[in-house]
Amino acid sequence: MALSRQRDVGAGAVPQAGLATIGGPVVTAEPSAATGGAPAPDRAPVAAHRSEFLYFALRNWKFVAGLSVVLVFIAAAVLGPVVAAHAPLEFNGPTDQPPSSDYWFGTTSFGQDVFSQFVAGLRAAFLVGALGGGLAWLLGAVVGFTAGYRGGAVDDVLNMLTNVVLVIPTLAILIIVSAYMNVHSYTVEALLIGLTSWPWAARAVRAQTFTLKTRDFVDVARLSGRSRRQVITSEIAPNMSSYLLMMFILLFGGAILIGASLDFLGLGPATSVSLGLMMNSAFLSSALVLGSWWWFLPPGIGIIGIVGGLYVMNVGLDEVFNPRLREL
Amino acid sequence: MSLSVDNLAVYYRTLRGDVRALDGVTFEIDDGEIMGLAGESGCGKSTLGKSLIRLDGRMRHVGGTVTLDGRVLPLSDDRAMNAFRYKEVSIVPQYAMSALNPTRKVGKIAKELLESRGVDFEGVRPEFVRRLELVGLTLDVLGMFPIELSGGMKQRAVMVLSTLLDPSLLIADEVTSALDVSSQRAVAEMLVEFRERQFVKSLVFITHDLAILYQAADTILVMYAGRLAEKATSDAVISRPLHPYTRLLVSSLPEVGVRYENRRLSGIPGKPPSLLEPPAGCRFRDRCPLASAMCAKQPPFVEVEPGHRVACWAVT
Amino acid sequence: MLELDSVSKVYKVGTFGGRSLQAVRDVSFDLRTGEIVSLIGESGSGKSTIGRMILRLDHVTSGSITFDGADIAGLGHSATKAYYGAVQGVFQDPFSSYNPVFKADRVFAMIRSAYFPGVGSDEWRDKLYASLASVGLSPDEVLNRYPHQLSGGQLQRLLIARALLLDIRLLVADEIISMLDASTRIDVLNLLGELKERGLGILFITHDLSLGNYISDRTMILRRGRIVETGSTASVFGNPVHPYTRMLLASVPQTHHRWGELDEVLGVGNGAGGEAPETIADTRLVEVEHGHFVALGSDAEPPVP
Repeated sequence: MALSRQRDVGAGAVPQAGLATIGGPVVTAEPSAATGGAPAPDRAPVAAHRSEFLYFALRNWKFVAGLSVVLVFIAAAVLGPVVAAHAPLEFNGPTDQPPSSDYWFGTTSFGQDVFSQFVAGLRAAFLVGALGGGLAWLLGAVVGFTAGYRGGAVDDVLNMLTNVVLVIPTLAILIIVSAYMNVHSYTVEALLIGLTSWPWAARAVRAQTFTLKTRDFVDVARLSGRSRRQVITSEIAPNMSSYLLMMFILLFGGAILIGASLDFLGLGPATSVSLGLMMNSAFLSSALVLGSWWWFLPPGIGIIGIVGGLYVMNVGLDEVFNPRLREL
Repeated sequence: MSLSVDNLAVYYRTLRGDVRALDGVTFEIDDGEIMGLAGESGCGKSTLGKSLIRLDGRMRHVGGTVTLDGRVLPLSDDRAMNAFRYKEVSIVPQYAMSALNPTRKVGKIAKELLESRGVDFEGVRPEFVRRLELVGLTLDVLGMFPIELSGGMKQRAVMVLSTLLDPSLLIADEVTSALDVSSQRAVAEMLVEFRERQFVKSLVFITHDLAILYQAADTILVMYAGRLAEKATSDAVISRPLHPYTRLLVSSLPEVGVRYENRRLSGIPGKPPSLLEPPAGCRFRDRCPLASAMCAKQPPFVEVEPGHRVACWAVT
Repeated sequence: MLELDSVSKVYKVGTFGGRSLQAVRDVSFDLRTGEIVSLIGESGSGKSTIGRMILRLDHVTSGSITFDGADIAGLGHSATKAYYGAVQGVFQDPFSSYNPVFKADRVFAMIRSAYFPGVGSDEWRDKLYASLASVGLSPDEVLNRYPHQLSGGQLQRLLIARALLLDIRLLVADEIISMLDASTRIDVLNLLGELKERGLGILFITHDLSLGNYISDRTMILRRGRIVETGSTASVFGNPVHPYTRMLLASVPQTHHRWGELDEVLGVGNGAGGEAPETIADTRLVEVEHGHFVALGSDAEPPVP
């Protein structure tokens, strides 16, 4: 996954000091290294401002397309349960009905409304994604920053911890733990996911922190009386803001996917509805054989749509933050 | 060999328009001449050096010609230039030391380079080794990785590699800038020696350090903001500079023996103009103590004394 | 004011920190108010490491650094902050010294929030303008800009202005000139001279002998982590005793002599190559004339080219 590398001298004025960085990590400049550069012409830095970022972001079709898909699903998750005519688990309707005006997505073989199950499932998916992804993001950032900035023994210990958790087959552990724990809520599921998917994020953050730590502006911050924690949050993290954002998006999508997998295997909470659980029930009830496509297609499309949309958004953002990937 | 540059103009394409990095330069280099190309950052000296051998993706050859030994160099045609590169015109790029692939041994890098040019490595190997020893590197260097060599050693190795086929023209782009004082002297003296031994016929020595050019170069060409300011023998440029920019520059050089208490040196106030929309007329006008109304028109680069050319109305 | 006593710095390198690298060995010197001391050395001489240790950015392995009599090792957070109120540093790469996602004057805001929290905006602005004026910058030229919109010289001066806001007594200037253009170099150097006249002590770290000679009162030549010659600038440059110093002086390109002419005078062999022989453990110095000390040791041969 591409890390945004900035100090781009390609798209901007060339022998002088390069174009503004775009909130991403900075690589030392080449042209001004030998002698101090004559200043670039006075102008607002390209895309270093929020407004500039939005300008480029909204022009990137990948970002816009991905974002639109995700927004549609979010809207469905928020509004769906409100407009759904039936409760998701209520099973007093006709069984195995294809979509009709009464039951928009048809019914399951238990007589449940697929549409209301679907939108409830969307809510669960986003909950797991936000909690699980958010927790993983937080852990990855904290471990990565600390290991990268402190170095030495602290780094060795954290690195070992990261590697151990990285190497453990996550899904296998989750299956085992879920089976033992008898998971009762999505919160717990999200917690488990969050606790196991942070390592790659930590490694990436650590690597980038190593590079940024050696920059002189970190020394200047220390000379201004800043504590270690302040240096990380106020100097290093802002330089990685684009990367941290992308990391969150990926962790969010990943958590949804893992959650759906767990639910599909029947290891998620059985008392509420989720997309994976829907697919599980559909599969167990031989919906495939019976031809009840309206039962398993919506949750499948839902998962693919959300996760796929998030990933496409991420690719688009990569282009926004890294001008070299953009078509000029 | 002789190099003749006539009204060469090379611009950089950017989102905001063309940066006029090199805007009509004309000069000659004789056979066996070491010409120093001096100026501060942004003046176009690196652009000039690069244009003579390879225009990179952002550069555009806008006008003018370069003639080497009577043949016009096809600057814009990347493929046609390939016939000249390394054989007739060679370059030691800025940060050549970092140009060595860290995962390959030096000998392998050399072999790959030569074979890509259609030269049999085994055939030139004895000469290669001989030249390495000449610059003070032993045969072991071929078996080492770049990280095992010091900065000075890498620089010397790259210089030998770049001149192995005895090019007519060598462009040395800031080869001494990142080195220690003692290595600088060794490398600069080496350039002169290459010329003495006919490994290269002529040299363009690009640097911002006028003092090193005084030691190693025959003539100095001073550039400012994409145009030529002055060209003369190094003696003349240092002791009898005519262009106001050169005079201010020379007088701002601290020397061993000059102390703050005794003689206060001064720099040049202001900064070079933006090359995106450069001012009409002489580009040094805003900072020049001798500026007048005439300077609204670009002064021609003319010979005011034998072998001494200046572009300044106040002088001509 | 500042005193270093047998300071050494050893780094652990290699996998698992197996080998050790002695970057600084047994360096002692002092620096008084209102004087500029140059620390001259090539790469690997340890000069930047000394600067960083004085600025408490790296730890001292052995020996002590005292400021106004107090040892600076082991200072707590608030004591360190107080120390930085008296000692500041400016580094080599002006573009690396600023966080590129923020505007350049954020460095002033950082000082304000740490050291002048109660100061009102008007008073702060006056203070800031006065500081900018003393380094020769005009506020509308440099405030509210991003680092890439300013030149190297302006950025370095901004850093000096930042240090001056704190009423410091010692400035560590680590190669602050080397990345500037020739026309701005001398202006920044002159600024250092002016600051010295107003009572600031400056440790001027550089590899460029001409600059050191121009601006400093005393000079120390460092090689491979130890001092090989030290004394007043006039005596070290006028009467260089140690062969390494002589070799350096012979290699500096000057515009009044050619290289060969000085070689005989300085007793140097053929053009120097700069590769040093093994490091010498003996760090004792002998006084050759008043205030002028030279190191012993058999690295008296010119280095192998």
